[in-house]
Amino acid sequence: MNEFFLVFALALILGWPLGRYLAAVLRGAPMRGDRLFLGLERGLYGLIGTDPGRGMSWRGYAGAFLVSNLVLGSAVWLLLMTQAWLPLNPDGAPNMSWDLALHTMVSFLTNTNQQHYSGQAQLSYLAQMLGIVTLQVVTPMMGLALVAATLRGLCGGRNAEARKAEGQEQLPVDVGNYWADVIRPTLRFMLPLCLLWSVLLTSQGVPATFAGGPQVVPVDATVQLQAQKIPLGPVAPMVAIKQLGTNGGGWYGPNSAVPLENPTPLSNLLETLALILVPVTVAFMVGPFTGRPRFAALVLGTMLSMSLASAGLALWSETYAPGAGAMAIMEGKEVRFGPGPSALWAALTTQTSNGSVNAMHDSLAPLTGLITLGNMLINAIWGGIGCGLQQFIVYLLLGVFLAGLMTGRTPELFGRKIEAQEVRLLAVLVLLQPLVLLGLSAITLAVPGLAGNSNPGFHGISQVFYEYTSAFANNGSGFEGLGDATVWWNVSCAVVLALGRYPALIIPLVIAALLARKRQAPESTGSLQIETPTFALTLIAVIVILTLLQFMPVLVLGPVADHLSLAAR
Amino acid sequence: MKHMTAKKQERPLSGGQHLAPALVDAFVKLAPRHIIRNPVMAVVWLGTLVTAGATLAGQARPGFGWAVTLALLITVLFGNFAEAVAESRGRGQAASLRRARQDLTARRLAPAGGEQTVAAAALRPGDLVLIEAGQLVPADGEIIEGLATINEAAVTGESAPVLREAGTDRSGVIGGTKVLSDRIVVRVTAEPGHSFLDRMIALVEGSNRQKTPNEIALGILLGVMTLTFLIVVATLPFIGSFVGVNTNLVLLVALLVCLIPTTIGGLLPAIGIAGMNRALQANVLAKSGKAVEVAGDVDVLLLDKTGTITHGDRQATAFHPLAGVDAEHLRQAALLASLADPTPEGKSIVKLARGRDARLEAPAGALFVPFSAQARMSGVDLPGGRIIRKGALDAIARHVQLQGGLIPGELEARVTEVARKGATPLVVCDGRHVLGVIELSDVIKHGIKERFARLRAMGVKTVMITGDNPLTAANIAAEAGVDDYIAEARPEDKLARIRAEQRGGRLVAMVGDGTNDAPALAQADVGLAMNSGTQAAKEAANMVDLDSDPAKLLEVVEIGKQQLITRGALTTFSLANDVSKYFAILPALFAATIPQMAALNVMQLSSPTSAVLSALIFNALIIPLLIPLALRGVRFKPAGATQLLRNNMLIYGVGGVLLPFIAIKAIDLLIAPLFSL
Repeated sequence: MNEFFLVFALALILGWPLGRYLAAVLRGAPMRGDRLFLGLERGLYGLIGTDPGRGMSWRGYAGAFLVSNLVLGSAVWLLLMTQAWLPLNPDGAPNMSWDLALHTMVSFLTNTNQQHYSGQAQLSYLAQMLGIVTLQVVTPMMGLALVAATLRGLCGGRNAEARKAEGQEQLPVDVGNYWADVIRPTLRFMLPLCLLWSVLLTSQGVPATFAGGPQVVPVDATVQLQAQKIPLGPVAPMVAIKQLGTNGGGWYGPNSAVPLENPTPLSNLLETLALILVPVTVAFMVGPFTGRPRFAALVLGTMLSMSLASAGLALWSETYAPGAGAMAIMEGKEVRFGPGPSALWAALTTQTSNGSVNAMHDSLAPLTGLITLGNMLINAIWGGIGCGLQQFIVYLLLGVFLAGLMTGRTPELFGRKIEAQEVRLLAVLVLLQPLVLLGLSAITLAVPGLAGNSNPGFHGISQVFYEYTSAFANNGSGFEGLGDATVWWNVSCAVVLALGRYPALIIPLVIAALLARKRQAPESTGSLQIETPTFALTLIAVIVILTLLQFMPVLVLGPVADHLSLAAR
Repeated sequence: MKHMTAKKQERPLSGGQHLAPALVDAFVKLAPRHIIRNPVMAVVWLGTLVTAGATLAGQARPGFGWAVTLALLITVLFGNFAEAVAESRGRGQAASLRRARQDLTARRLAPAGGEQTVAAAALRPGDLVLIEAGQLVPADGEIIEGLATINEAAVTGESAPVLREAGTDRSGVIGGTKVLSDRIVVRVTAEPGHSFLDRMIALVEGSNRQKTPNEIALGILLGVMTLTFLIVVATLPFIGSFVGVNTNLVLLVALLVCLIPTTIGGLLPAIGIAGMNRALQANVLAKSGKAVEVAGDVDVLLLDKTGTITHGDRQATAFHPLAGVDAEHLRQAALLASLADPTPEGKSIVKLARGRDARLEAPAGALFVPFSAQARMSGVDLPGGRIIRKGALDAIARHVQLQGGLIPGELEARVTEVARKGATPLVVCDGRHVLGVIELSDVIKHGIKERFARLRAMGVKTVMITGDNPLTAANIAAEAGVDDYIAEARPEDKLARIRAEQRGGRLVAMVGDGTNDAPALAQADVGLAMNSGTQAAKEAANMVDLDSDPAKLLEVVEIGKQQLITRGALTTFSLANDVSKYFAILPALFAATIPQMAALNVMQLSSPTSAVLSALIFNALIIPLLIPLALRGVRFKPAGATQLLRNNMLIYGVGGVLLPFIAIKAIDLLIAPLFSL
């Protein structure tokens, strides 16, 4: 309970100043720290061949995003398939198969970190540090860049004033420079924050070494094992970025449930805080970045309300609900930190599209499983860095469309009308989620042998649906208990990962750019005020009901039926 | 006709004459060609065929299968019925319009001189026709010679005759109307088949109705919701098979139809047609549904002072005697000077001055001196040499000084005082004595201030346009409660103001009637032309008010808003309904294989069969129950956006979640005995 409030309080206290700082970094105006970073940034811009001051249209921006992903993705795919022949591989990890390497690459490229491998056994130090960690640092900043561009578009573009002049209306909407938007926050925000967290975690005993792990003799003499190899490595930096960058992919297979990744209650607090720190910071960033503090209050207020409700429910379901301590529920429970911190982590890791775990979600009570699924289906309670806010904007546009009508005006956001072309684009996103999740779940469950479940019955449905939901939400947490290292799982999940990332990041940007071209009506008492509790509640209702309606049958057949049959026992 | 519309408003579904043909239409609209235009209803119709097939193939118990099929068919029919009712309400008006158009003949003037009688259909734009008292105007046109009183009842429903005159802003005539007096020559302006009447008939019947932009956007959203639920239902058997749930095809179709937004899908076309119908009931002819929709979005109204805000004729409201002058003296002099004055101002002075003294008449031999542009005063020369004059300050001053009189210093202050109030001062003198000042005020229409307050509450700004001087304009603006005004306005000022507002991103509506208003009417987002106005003005505008009442613009704005609110409210209601329908159907769907699902049967419905049927019956019945709401529009009090949103969310959102729980339970209680037999 204390941890619950402590984590939220710390995130809000730290998120505020960090948000202001991040907004300044994204705006790109001269600021403190220029002397330190400007030279380094200029070098990188020179390497890429871009001028950070030059704006891009949405096409240029999205194009640069896709090219950067293609280049990084190909390099990492190659690295994973050739790691055995490359240096820094003291534990002798073999090359990855093409499909596992593909899934792993796409998974990290989409900031998902869904793992169908065990890091400590199947990746070399080089692959972890150069491949995995690079993507873990850069991809959240790419999401952030896309949302920054979208927010600029919603506010009319960086050249809004210039385009108001006579004859200049046809100028493309300047949504910013992609390369600057990725490089500046990476260097000035993410890396320093990671450094701080690495040091803090190392102080708690998380390993940080290039040496191979030691051989030890098990204390328990009754086991057959004569000697055990303890895998080590530069764990602390990776855990830091894994937690801070809504990544979730741990050094070790069982993630932060392993004492080596998460040794003490303090490390657990630090890592739980790190789950939501940057997403909260992004919500705070909206105010100073857009100059609309009341809009930022709507974003933060809506997200925080949903977050508190969902985390509270998870906590209740794991610790206070009748039957929470029943034997059937206690199967596989993490008892080192206990159900409270596990429930909090489970709620926050699914709210933020992080996906790291400190307890296996397969062993959560069915209703907690339902909550984690709901969090990921919504995917905008905080959401991934950038992507969460981007998804929130999608809900916002839908909410504004409905609520706007009810106030007797053609729906408009920030004075710009939402019309057929924008709704058509939104429709693609609305349709994509059920099509991908339900379609693939149906195929996997109906074709015998595809699922590779460890559980029959309702729990099996939850496992399969969770895997795809987690992939589509770019969350990466696993319900586990699935034999998911097969070609079917690897390839189908890779497709879902990409479908969950790129349309969700690019389509809102396109909509924002389309809106920016429209005549902006000044806001009056007659126009819908989105920065009010009334609209916030409407928005929450739209978010929850929309998600509930689409996935109610599968949720009823999975976790709800699971819960009812456990309750009936 | 005006009378009829008023009655109709009270009882939207009154008169069996609309219902019977609409019922037939509901079946006619089952044709694939028509139903495909409404994707939501097309899915229900397809579902009907699937359940019928499945029942025939023995996939369900015949009794249950046919009951579901019937419920689905009725749902489609109700949707069609809603549209048909909305259309049929316009049709009665169309029929009476058609009668007006029939068998018109024209006396065409040949260019070389002389005239020939031809059928109205043979007239082409540019032809000149002669119309005399008692004859019908054969085609739309503009009077180029003469003036006439015309009865436009056939088009407007207004039986009071109107005056139309060549070379004025009231030179337009409409085919089918009747000339009551005099003789006019009209130049035809409309192609046959494209006259005002033709267009009106087409609009009223909805035959060329195009979906409005917002209707299209909402249609896309409803379409994608339908597709989404299609995916949900199509994947369900495969996911269910993993836990051994055998899903019945009939049940799946029932679930699908309950989930897709049939309520709003069925009512959406009716709402669009009803918006135009409501405008028509207010005697406003919108050239497209889009115009009505845009009216709801308007931010600024440009209103002419005269006719909209004030009655337009200045009326005497007070007498201000100078110091030392008997008030009675001033009153008498003013009365005498005006008794024979035919102008509205003169009559109003008589009315104010008479009071109880009703018998006073002009003495025999009095000589009335009418107003002339040179003298700028009028009055009366009484037998015995008494000369009374009333007029503008400078004219009276000159007149008095000529007679050797003095202008009291007080006068100028009095005059300014009256002018500052926004009124027109009229100075009265008797011989060489100045008596005082008559205050002529432009009287503000009753209730107009409240209307502007309503508009302001909805976020609409009003701008008054007037030719008055800034002082007068400011006073009237303050009294009427408009937000802004343009004084000493020239016609081009309107256009400039519209452009300026539009550059600021605002949507502008304006009223106009003159040819010089046409550019501004075309530039405005909503241009409402007066029916009495020139052809150019009517062409440029996107709405025409048949009553020629400029204040109608306010009504149009409310109709536009109401239409959007109705759409939003019913969409919200439709989606909110789904929650309870899930609770009715999901337990029924899984009950056979998963007994513990009974815990989700929160409504305690008596059996799976009756649960499904109850949900379907509710789903079907809610459409006709909401038809009156769709046609009349959601009732709304003008208020700020947040207030409107809160009210509508409470009624249609929260209500939409709760109501079906109660209704489905009630239907279940009613039909459950049927299954226990």
